[in-house]
Amino acid sequence: MAEAIAFYTLSALIIGFAILVITTREAVHSVLFLVLNLLCVAMLYVLLHAQFLAVIQVLVYVGGIVVLYLFVVMLVNLKRPAEANRDPRRRGRLGVVLSALILGELAAIAAWGFAVPSAAAPGPGLRADNVEQIGMLLYTDYLIPFEVASILLLVAMVGAIVLAKREAR
Amino acid sequence: MITPAHYMILSAALFVIGIIGVMTRRNIIIVLMSIELILNAVNINLVAFSSQVQNGIGQVFAIFVIAVAAAETAVGLGIILAFYRNKETVNIDEMSIMRW
Repeated sequence: MAEAIAFYTLSALIIGFAILVITTREAVHSVLFLVLNLLCVAMLYVLLHAQFLAVIQVLVYVGGIVVLYLFVVMLVNLKRPAEANRDPRRRGRLGVVLSALILGELAAIAAWGFAVPSAAAPGPGLRADNVEQIGMLLYTDYLIPFEVASILLLVAMVGAIVLAKREAR
Repeated sequence: MITPAHYMILSAALFVIGIIGVMTRRNIIIVLMSIELILNAVNINLVAFSSQVQNGIGQVFAIFVIAVAAAETAVGLGIILAFYRNKETVNIDEMSIMRW
């Protein structure tokens, strides 16, 4: 019961903040609503017994990525708002209708898929020591993807510096 | 009782909100934030199924998704800064110099 109350409250907050992210006019307000949205998702991870992921979510997203967004919003000082001139070729309403179709499709898949409960293969089991379990998986079975991810981050870092650097004259 | 179907529907709703943001907004910074929403929807699904099948692999993949999201944000914001320096705009309708 308590789980249901927590789930529905967090879901309402997540959906509400997500809608605010894409509807507010000011980009700074959007970034701040994104922070609240990501924090609610982190709480949802705690509800799912993924404590380590919740901490990573707060550290990486809220502490890192969102600060990057704020920097760029501050640096890109707009004299005129980006939404000012409307392109007649863009069809916003069609986009919303198509998105609603996708939502219906996904919900139908979810509803029908779980009408017949499939026997889930019992895995090794989620233990209470979540961090240790994820560490064991990351450094044994998933060592190569882990190293590839670190190379990806290095390449992205170099690429971002090269892109944002001014050319020496 | 909260089943994975509940998490899937929440994730689908978040995913679709992200798609609406990508398709309807013209400020490229907000488009990038909508992509973050989409990646978060994927992560909710991964963690929900990881919890359902009692297996930590889904959480490992969610960590990879977060790493890729961080890389994507860094490069994307670098591109936005480079473009803004040349064209003084963040409107995606004006970013058509590579259109054939």
